Amino acid sequence: MSVQTIKFYQTGSFVVGNRLLEPGQRSVQSDPERSNALTSGHRACQGCGEALGARYAIDAAMRATAGNMIAVNATGCLEVFSTMSPETSWQIPWVHSLFGNAASVATGVAAALKAKGRTDIRVVAQGGDGGTVDIGFGCLSGMFERDDDVLYICYDNQGYMNTGVQRSSATPPAARTATTDVVGPEPGNVFGQGKSGPLIAMAHGIKYVATATVADLRDLEYKVERAMSFRGARYIHILVPCPLGWGSASRDTIQMARLAKETGIFPVFEAEGGQVVNVAKIRSKVPVEAYLSKQRRYAHLFGRSPRPDVVAHLQEMADDNIRKFGLVDNVAEEAY
Amino acid sequence: MLKQTEGSRGVADAIALCRPEVICAYPISPQTHIVEALGVMVKSGKLTQCEFVNVESEFAAMSACIGSSAAGARTYTATASQGLLYMAEAVFNASGLGLPIVMTLANRAIGAPINIWNDHGDSMAMRDSGWIQLYAETNQEALDLHIQAFRLAEELSVPVMVCMDGFILTHAYERVDVPTQEQVDAFLPPFRPRQVLDPVKPISIGAMVGPEAFMEVRYLAHAQQEKAVDSIARIGADFQASFGRESGGLLRTYRTEDADIIVVALGSVLGTIEDTVDELRAEGKRVGVVGLTAFRPFPTVALREALGHCSRVIVLEKALAVGVGGIVTADVKASLAGLPVETTTVIAGLGGRPILKTSLRKMFDEASSGALKPMTFLDLNMDAVNREMERVG
Amino acid sequence: MDTPLETPFAITLHTGTSLDNKTGSWRTERPIYVDRMPPCNQACPAGENIQQWLYHAEEGKYEQAWRQLMQDNPLPAVMGRICYHPCETECNRGQLDDSVGINSVERFLGDQAIKHGWGIPVTTSASGKRVLVVGSGPSGLSAAYHLACLGHSVTIREAGSMAGGMMRFGIPQYRLPRHVLDAEIHRIVDMGVKLELNTKVSEIPQTMKADGFDAVFLAVGAQIGKRAFIPAGDSANILDAVALLHSMEGEEPPQLGRRVAVYGGGNTAMDAARTARRLGATEAVVVYRRTRERMPAHDVEVEEALEEGVKMKWLSTITEASGDKLRIEKMELDATGFPQPTGEFEELAADSLILALGQDVDFSLLEGIDDLVIENGSVRVGPNMMASGTGVFAGGDMAPGERTATVAVGHGKKAAKCIDAWLRGVEVEAAPKHDVADFSMLNTWYYCDAPKTVRPQLDMVRRQSTFDEVVGGLDESNALFEARRCMSCGNCFECDNCYGVCPDNAVIKLGPGKRFAFDYDYCKGCGICAQECPAAAIMMVPETI
Repeated sequence: MSVQTIKFYQTGSFVVGNRLLEPGQRSVQSDPERSNALTSGHRACQGCGEALGARYAIDAAMRATAGNMIAVNATGCLEVFSTMSPETSWQIPWVHSLFGNAASVATGVAAALKAKGRTDIRVVAQGGDGGTVDIGFGCLSGMFERDDDVLYICYDNQGYMNTGVQRSSATPPAARTATTDVVGPEPGNVFGQGKSGPLIAMAHGIKYVATATVADLRDLEYKVERAMSFRGARYIHILVPCPLGWGSASRDTIQMARLAKETGIFPVFEAEGGQVVNVAKIRSKVPVEAYLSKQRRYAHLFGRSPRPDVVAHLQEMADDNIRKFGLVDNVAEEAY
Repeated sequence: MLKQTEGSRGVADAIALCRPEVICAYPISPQTHIVEALGVMVKSGKLTQCEFVNVESEFAAMSACIGSSAAGARTYTATASQGLLYMAEAVFNASGLGLPIVMTLANRAIGAPINIWNDHGDSMAMRDSGWIQLYAETNQEALDLHIQAFRLAEELSVPVMVCMDGFILTHAYERVDVPTQEQVDAFLPPFRPRQVLDPVKPISIGAMVGPEAFMEVRYLAHAQQEKAVDSIARIGADFQASFGRESGGLLRTYRTEDADIIVVALGSVLGTIEDTVDELRAEGKRVGVVGLTAFRPFPTVALREALGHCSRVIVLEKALAVGVGGIVTADVKASLAGLPVETTTVIAGLGGRPILKTSLRKMFDEASSGALKPMTFLDLNMDAVNREMERVG
Repeated sequence: MDTPLETPFAITLHTGTSLDNKTGSWRTERPIYVDRMPPCNQACPAGENIQQWLYHAEEGKYEQAWRQLMQDNPLPAVMGRICYHPCETECNRGQLDDSVGINSVERFLGDQAIKHGWGIPVTTSASGKRVLVVGSGPSGLSAAYHLACLGHSVTIREAGSMAGGMMRFGIPQYRLPRHVLDAEIHRIVDMGVKLELNTKVSEIPQTMKADGFDAVFLAVGAQIGKRAFIPAGDSANILDAVALLHSMEGEEPPQLGRRVAVYGGGNTAMDAARTARRLGATEAVVVYRRTRERMPAHDVEVEEALEEGVKMKWLSTITEASGDKLRIEKMELDATGFPQPTGEFEELAADSLILALGQDVDFSLLEGIDDLVIENGSVRVGPNMMASGTGVFAGGDMAPGERTATVAVGHGKKAAKCIDAWLRGVEVEAAPKHDVADFSMLNTWYYCDAPKTVRPQLDMVRRQSTFDEVVGGLDESNALFEARRCMSCGNCFECDNCYGVCPDNAVIKLGPGKRFAFDYDYCKGCGICAQECPAAAIMMVPETI
């Protein structure tokens, strides 16, 4: 889906820009005139994946809409680090109301624009995983089922990082958070819980659902652009590593996202009308250990009393994703 | 145009005349007839350039209103009781953001126990939410207050809650005068938002404000409500000039000129009290009534003026601050600070309990004889209460 | 939409105001752009900036690429054929899939220049100094070219009748077609370099004085074949490889017979054996006293010889030659890897024996230079290539070092710079040293998978019998492809990654060819840019407080 069929151009479309590509084939982020919707001076931590993902996504949406868009933001890291009065980092019309209502606020904005005959202005709602798949899920589901003309983007960093790293329903098993500490017989977050925002979004039968990571910019930009080509409810779920919450090095943010995809832990796909229509294949499969061992939230699986059984369990989950979504060629694909 | 119609229907007509652009609602008794009527008007094309959004909860309703209003659309919703509490977080948020949303509250008791009938427990729970609260005495006033509410909200960039008693008004058929579109258009100019989400002039609405400015933000909200005291009076007077009838304003006095005892109350019960006052006046008793139309902002000065000369004030409340007593009483007492006026609280009509003239007469009698306790529950079944208290010990 | 009338205090904000918040103060480490030494550049004996000329070639800017290349090496079409390309051996891409075919792109560029007649204008004003270059081999031509570029008046004196030295007389035509060599020599002459053929220089000090040269560069090459004592009967037909290869240039080629043995294990041995095949030998056997692994000949040469049917006899010494037979003693390697005789003998039928045991320099011309020292078969030179304080410099095979044409070109360049500095009375400025861009520093995720383009090779039968060029060139499309396999190790190639991946927009894109700059007002020092730079061209350094 995301990989452009191009002749060999040194780095092809893996890198952000690539001077060897025709301007039309280059990414939004390579453009010196990109909108920088989220500009400098924001207070995100060093190496913040969400800050990066938000600029990637919103700049792409800005290009897709020729600058005619309004963003609605749920409470969370993104909101706090971008709009601490008296300074805002946003260069677009932007509104923040509450933690759990971004989808509904966006519905209202879209309704207002429709009433005013200004459907040329598009609406994007955004929030973290907590604001999306937990506290904002009712509003999100309502927005989906009404097929309101809103693109909702979830920046998934797998926990409540803004409040000090607590578990959300997007926190993966075995991960340490402040509320799933590494104590007791099953250290870290337990297995068998959690939910998939994208799959539930698909179950609403909405026009477009996609997952992406900050490690594959072209794929992300393509998906935002694709999403903006539809009217009605759309959902993009972007994995944004959090150096603070994951205990990864700030420089490794993109590397973490890449490993999440290459291990099969985070399947990257797109769906239209509830059906998966494309998956991003794993380029070279990596064992989950390579991903887990770089994050302090999984440190209890290695170290002095390692838990190979838990690592194996996580590997099984990744392999299951690979099978289910057909992430590696020659692996039997199951209909999803 | 005079019309014999249901209170909800009259309000729906008034809303439609105000040319709303977005209506979001979630059904809850006794608000349903209002939004049903509006839904039909939008769907049938009678009300144009308006989006009606059926949302999945009151929280979503108020949230969608926030988005709509921030995008510059005249926005309306209606709810009641649990619905108001379910949207509470967004209610505070709407006023904090300074969004001139108008909401009808079909007043209804708050559970548990679940109860669908009228009292003011819901709106009183939101008295500090930063919304202007206006209370309608009649269906005509409910209709009129909504037209004034949009003008008030939009002039001040403060949301307005128009409270009308559930069932008693919403479901009652009365003759009302529904103004013409021309009259309303002349009274209510098009919405010019103070701030708007616009790609041409982008702004960030809803920033986080820290200790260095939060107090100032709250102070400014308070100042805006204080300004609203004048606005409410002025717009009420304007309305009277335009439409030829008295509606709105801060408060209304009835036969208080030389009254010894004055009852202060809100909403539809005022009619019953006025009837009782008429009977007592006929018997030579010097009693009167003050109806509070505006509860937020609280019309302190006007009320002090209206009550200052009497010796006893009875605040008749359709809500109870459990553990304290009267809610309105506190504000009334504050208004009368330093004056030799005795103030008592009568809690009445909770959960739809009828407030009867006979009971009111009894209340006046006790007040005259000095037998009225500072805190009285009107028509309380003491047998049941005592039995239960004995049982649990 | 209506214009907003006013905006609420503190809670509604105007765009981009966060620019007031200079988050650069958070930083404990700062990224800096660096240019590291790519391993190819480091390995190039001619000191070519390979990464940089490939950078231009990647964009299809071949002339620009060629001009970049010409800053270091005036013979790209020649070197693109005969260089043993140590650059490719060191190329980091070799650890990913296959090294970049640098040599073939070089040849492509050299051929383009010849095809289009690109020349090098001398832009430096004339220095008024005259320099004599003795010998027209690779080091002499290189020195002459660079000296000319630096504004000096240069004369090359060549004892032979044709220029090119060992490139002409030591390298067979099937590896280096003569029209290519001629074209590149011609281009140097066109720059104003005077080439005097059939002019043997013998007395350096006198020549300098008499003809008014301010400096001289000695580059006569090693053209005398080494002999070994082999008891031989009268009838034995023994000749040396240098003479054989030399004779291919216009002279009557010698009669070698059907079976030819070549004694030695270097590149010249390979050239001799392959030349013998082309002269009609059905059997050409290389006899070498050690094993293949220890052969000094380059792998490519050995491979091509084997492909052409040349046979190899390892661990063998020739002890006697008589009539059409050679007596061969088998050897074995001792613990130190040195071959020791075993006392086991065998016979090898051979109509002729070619000795390819290395070459020596003819030092006879150096007589009369007082402070010049010859040791270990080379002229002793200082770090500035100077052999004598009287302005005599030496390079190429005459100076210590590996004896290849590319090394010679490098010597010529270095000598030219040193001569220039000496003539101007200044010190040569040492180029800044750069760390080598090691493979482990690269983020190879970003490079597309693309195997090496193999240059077309002449049909096997044809190349065994003719002197046509064996290795063909790349055409434009595959030259471009090959250039684009370069990973630009250690040097920014403007992929925009740093510009894109910064969560703080703290990278400024300066425009095509101008690379990027960091905006330290906002850079928080997270290090993502350095981590995600494919080419390791960004380094994190601690902030000083």
